[in-house]
Amino acid sequence: MKKEKEGERDVPPGGVIREAGSAHGYSTGGWRKLRPVVDSEKCTNCLICWVMCPDSAVVVKDGKMIGFDLEHCKGCGICAAECPDKVKAIKMEEEG
Amino acid sequence: MATLKELAAKDELFSGGHRLCSGCGIPPIVRLLLRSAGSPVVATSATGCLEVGTSIYPYTAWRIPWIHSAFENAAATISGIESAYRAFKKKGRIPADKEIKFLALGGDGGTYDIGFQALSGALERGHNFLYVCYDNGAYMNTGIQRSSATPLGSATTTSPAGAKRPGKQEWRKDLTRVVVAHNIPYAAQASPHNWRDLEGKARKAFNVAGPAFMNIISPCPLGWYSKPEDSINAARLAVDTCYWPLYEVENGILRVTYRPKEKKPIADWFKIQGRFKHLFKPENSHLLDETQKRIDAEWQRLLDMDGKAVF
Amino acid sequence: MAIVTGKQVGLTGNSAIAYAMRQIDPDVCAAYPITPSTGIIEEFSSYYADGQVSTELITVESEHSAMSACVGASAAGARVMTATSSQGLALMWEMLYIASGMRLPVVMTVVNRALSAPINIHCDHSDSMGARDSGWIQLYSETVQEAYDNLLQAVRIAEDPRVLTPAMVCMDGFITSHAVENITLLADGEVKGFIGDYKPGRSLLDTDNPITMGAMTLQDVYMDFKHEQSMAIAGAKEVVVEVGSDFGRRFGRHYGLMECYRLEDAEAAIVVLNSAAGTTKVAVDELRKKGKKVGLLKPRLFRPFPYAEIAAALKNVKAVCVLDRADSMNGFGGPLFSEVRSALYGLASVPKVMGRIFGLGGRDYTVEHSTAVFEGLYRIIETGRMEELTGYLKS
Ligand SMILES: Cc1ncc(C[n+]2csc(CCOP(=O)(O)OP(=O)(O)O)c2C)c(N)n1
Ligand code: SF4
Ligand code: SF4
Repeated sequence: MKKEKEGERDVPPGGVIREAGSAHGYSTGGWRKLRPVVDSEKCTNCLICWVMCPDSAVVVKDGKMIGFDLEHCKGCGICAAECPDKVKAIKMEEEG
Repeated sequence: MATLKELAAKDELFSGGHRLCSGCGIPPIVRLLLRSAGSPVVATSATGCLEVGTSIYPYTAWRIPWIHSAFENAAATISGIESAYRAFKKKGRIPADKEIKFLALGGDGGTYDIGFQALSGALERGHNFLYVCYDNGAYMNTGIQRSSATPLGSATTTSPAGAKRPGKQEWRKDLTRVVVAHNIPYAAQASPHNWRDLEGKARKAFNVAGPAFMNIISPCPLGWYSKPEDSINAARLAVDTCYWPLYEVENGILRVTYRPKEKKPIADWFKIQGRFKHLFKPENSHLLDETQKRIDAEWQRLLDMDGKAVF
Repeated sequence: MAIVTGKQVGLTGNSAIAYAMRQIDPDVCAAYPITPSTGIIEEFSSYYADGQVSTELITVESEHSAMSACVGASAAGARVMTATSSQGLALMWEMLYIASGMRLPVVMTVVNRALSAPINIHCDHSDSMGARDSGWIQLYSETVQEAYDNLLQAVRIAEDPRVLTPAMVCMDGFITSHAVENITLLADGEVKGFIGDYKPGRSLLDTDNPITMGAMTLQDVYMDFKHEQSMAIAGAKEVVVEVGSDFGRRFGRHYGLMECYRLEDAEAAIVVLNSAAGTTKVAVDELRKKGKKVGLLKPRLFRPFPYAEIAAALKNVKAVCVLDRADSMNGFGGPLFSEVRSALYGLASVPKVMGRIFGLGGRDYTVEHSTAVFEGLYRIIETGRMEELTGYLKS
């Protein structure tokens, strides 16, 4: 946001945000200590990881799990934990 | 029943980039809710984690019209919005064939406690809306203070595990039952781990004529002192121990929507949460026992009522 | 009740307000009963029950919820109204700031009543004075006619795109709300033509253009929002004048920021709000007959406070008494006193200003009180000494 003199910044009356989903432009990837990595050979595209992800960070295209949105993934590990026991296609790896 | 593929094909109306904690149970709940409405949704949130975490100016995670007004008034706020909608429809300012669904969201503090009066009033007045309580069992956003939803024995910052008083000393309020007593068309308990159950209930709830209520358990790694990756499993265990039974009351008829194959002891759920650590000390075992007894009795009560009229 | 427009009819303040609300026909009204404003909601409920309004009436379970529902409905783009008094306004307190901070043009009648404890249902201004810094426009009304006219104008003022700020119209509990006065009502069409349609610049119901309202702000922008809001409310003064003149042009009753009664050449003046101004006018007339140069200043707009205009109107007066129907409990005099006195501070020659608290909890304010105040002011003018700067009016 443009910085101006105190009290002279142009702000919308009432604090309305007109850009829906503007948080998409805010990166939370830096919160991550562990990074999810998917083995697409093993993945059955059940999409459990997608539905359980708190950060809308599992990317699904045409019904297939195609990876992670690392701008927003916070590395919670839910996707890896919830990937069905028989499949276990996601591993959490150290960021680095 | 929608499949996950079908659900995934729908628009993501709750964007990433919000500031809820890593592993928070609220976003999966909200993402499912927004996909189950079938029509455009207008929502309001009570003050709390969901509200703060999704709307730090100039960022918003919401891709639907959304308003936060105060802590105790989500149900009153949605009453106003829904009434405006009805007024506009009557006057033709909104086309007759356009349908909008109304959703109010609040934490357990904003629902069981401070927002309870507004909720009760809005339910009695019969507004057409769905109220969803995400119950994480404490006032999390202000740093884990006890609420009337906090489980017996749970340590919070206002019910710490003291030598004389080991955690919260009171049994939790059974809000779902209190809401059911309002005789609304639909009320249910759900859990994010069982997405199919949650999504189906939300669809029903959005589509009844009149008020609907869902109480959804929402794991909170910060306040439960649990691991973020365990969140969904923590919800699962809450259900499998029957601490959080999944059931619905539709037009006065109660239905248990899930029966665990093997009912687990409450200790299994407590074990993975630091807030119950002190209950495993011998001198506090009575709290564990009492909890188990009351849960067993409540579960039995629900099973006895399954398929029957609640009144 | 058969009501005839265009000519004089006898109506109570509450009936006149309810009648105005029927004519305004807001999209949504959310309200809760409390003496002495209950009558407004009861009569409006009758209009609603008889299908005379297209309003959605929400009979909420508390005043907090009344204002919360007003906030929701207004954010949805609706024209919204309510009414309350005393404890009801106090219970709304949190929501008043939210309505104004979100710039929602809710219009509310406040029938002034004392605040507990001890509980008292009669008139004073502690309720609306307690809300004076909540970011609402405040218009005060001496008579039933003024309350009716003010309410109609408040809709236009609040909804003006330059203002977009909620407004409260205050009138005295029982004294005005329950007393029958002869007033001239406008025809429904005249009201509609005057207020026009509300065209909100944003609505939660516009699902094709989803907006977020009530976002969390941090240290970086909160102050900018407050600054912007404060400037908008300051600008409302001009709009109040504009709307008042348009009202005068159309209907022959002219309104400005204040009423100056026989003030041009006055040496001694009383400043007072609402119905007590009427009593004071009688005293002014009597004293004028005796050759005393006395006058009255009755602010109509209290928020935004027209300090420059008030100072200009009082600049040639020698001594002023500001009467407050609310005590700020050991602030420097009552709220009206402290604001009027500080408005005068910048004048080249500052009149002597004293403040008196009067009429709390419905205590009578008579022509004799008024006369005694003027006599006191003359003593100050003659001796140059003021014995008691602030205090309670002796009764
Ligand atoms: C009237 C009022 N009292 C207190 C607060 C402080 N407050 C803000 S959020 C909150 C707790 C919210 O708890 P809950 O509803 O359980 O939601 P969570 O934080 O767990 O999401 C409190 C106490 C407030 N904002 N308003
Ligand atoms: S680690 Fe957590 S945030 Fe990242 S994709 Fe997996 S579930 Fe989502
Ligand atoms: S404190 Fe708990 S409820 Fe709040 S954002 Fe964090 S995990 Fe979610």
